[in-house]
Amino acid sequence: MSDHEYTPKSKFGKWFNDRLPLLSLASHLTDYPTPKNLNYWWTFGGILTFCLITQIVTGLTLAMHYIAHADMAFESVEHIMRDVNYGWLIRYIHANGASMFFLAVYIHIFRSLFYGSYKSPREIIWILGIIIYLLMMAAAFMGYVLPWGQMSFWGATVITNLFSAIPLVGEGIVNWLWGGYSVDNPTLTRFFTLHYLIPFLILGLVVLHIWALHVPGNNNPVGIDIKKPSKDTVPFHPYIVIKDGFALLMFMIVFAFFVFYTPNILGHADNYIEANPLVTPAHIVPEWYLLPFYAILRSVPDKLLGVIAMLSAILILAALPWLDTSKIRSAVFRPLYKQFYWILVADVLILGYVGAMPAEGLYLLIARVATGYYFIHFLVVLPILGFKEKTMPLPLSITEPVLGGSPMASAVKKKESLN
Amino acid sequence: MSDKKPERREFLFTASYAVGAVGVGAVVWPLIDQMNPDASVKALASTEVDVSTMEPGKTITVLWRGKPVFIKRRTSEEIAEARAVKMEDLKDPQKDEDRAKNPEWLVMVGVCTHLGCVPLNDKGDYNGWFCPCHGSHYDTSGRIRKGPAPTNMEIPKYEFVNSNTIKIG
Repeated sequence: MSDHEYTPKSKFGKWFNDRLPLLSLASHLTDYPTPKNLNYWWTFGGILTFCLITQIVTGLTLAMHYIAHADMAFESVEHIMRDVNYGWLIRYIHANGASMFFLAVYIHIFRSLFYGSYKSPREIIWILGIIIYLLMMAAAFMGYVLPWGQMSFWGATVITNLFSAIPLVGEGIVNWLWGGYSVDNPTLTRFFTLHYLIPFLILGLVVLHIWALHVPGNNNPVGIDIKKPSKDTVPFHPYIVIKDGFALLMFMIVFAFFVFYTPNILGHADNYIEANPLVTPAHIVPEWYLLPFYAILRSVPDKLLGVIAMLSAILILAALPWLDTSKIRSAVFRPLYKQFYWILVADVLILGYVGAMPAEGLYLLIARVATGYYFIHFLVVLPILGFKEKTMPLPLSITEPVLGGSPMASAVKKKESLN
Repeated sequence: MSDKKPERREFLFTASYAVGAVGVGAVVWPLIDQMNPDASVKALASTEVDVSTMEPGKTITVLWRGKPVFIKRRTSEEIAEARAVKMEDLKDPQKDEDRAKNPEWLVMVGVCTHLGCVPLNDKGDYNGWFCPCHGSHYDTSGRIRKGPAPTNMEIPKYEFVNSNTIKIG
């Protein structure tokens, strides 16, 4: 992990570091050579760490007041909102924090897609990220069940019923997940347990994610390998710390806007009605961050195939480093990929929109086309593009386009032709 | 190596692994099985319902094992409609006679077989039930006619204890 020798100055420091090399680790993290051309899209790793810590701290404090019981959960959440000192603030930070976490993770993922950060030698970083993303979805889903409102209850019913699509053993699995014959108190208590556990699993995976990142070092907007440390890099501290800190402040302004001005806009009014197993709300929608996958589920008319399509849509991302056959990382030098990238972004946004609409008529048709295109992008476009696309010449170093006056590929090309 | 007879040591390895696997399984199983429905949940297995005050055409919903059960006293038109359906028009072919032993009374689990929502009474294209979640239409016998649900709504085990009381479960 450490690519340079470090010797503490003090005698005690040396004695301690010889026995537990924490100071070496701190030195590695401080001096970690970072490409100097990282733009603000690279600040979301730090922002995500902030989100995780925020969720853990607010979650721990909420757990001191919440009661995981079907008869008391709804009331205890209202108790937090009305009676507990600053309970409203802590709960609103936690609930909106989940949305902010997903906002940041989607930007982080699409950053990787644009700049090809998932490609060799960073496949393990990418796969660890996908696992973290899956765990985030599980944690968010189970957390949404805990207030025991109508959306909690029916969301839990619909999502756990996805497993009933499995032939033969499906029903047994669903009863096992529920601990009964419907979503009820045993379901609530185990969801609370798992909701408490998962963030710490994510924390462990984040450590691995960063560890795996520190082996090859950061990708960068130009997407070429850099020598480190060299003139192409700057030490993590203070350069990246300050930049990440500034981006985090901007992010916190958005976060605070939701918490203080529209704390319920991302939630659903039906969740302020206590769970009722006899009445299904007229229109069940998941939280916004799961809508694209929900649209894929509903666009397939067969139950089992719908579930398979939805899971594949997520798992296909893990195979991305091998589906994308192009050796060029950054979309800056891939004129065709850049266009397909933006079509994919639009496709996912469209899926999110139709996921929130009733599954009928034109919406259903759009959902089907968008679902089809999503898979075509990964299974057809990306593998073929690597062979067919005429990419632009790469600069020799990340300094070259900067000194040429513009980081744009066209400028580099012009400079080369002048030579 | 391949020509050699299995040695004493290899046998010991295999035996150790096998015993170890059984041991791990024996320890893991209680940890998995504790999540299955417990004795108190299973004890609530049956519910008795008084249906003496129900008019024809009326549906009531009762809770059985935490799930809604629809009890519908069907009108003669609804029965005729259910019985007139051809088997080839059904996604999950089942005769109405097999679903409602006493044609006037339809007793079924009011849970959509797609993803578990509660369908709405007297709605949909087939005058039966309509699921608001993902748009499954059921007929007056609770059979799936249109939409993503794979099967008909489930008929629970039930019996008439007397002419006024139905026991579900």
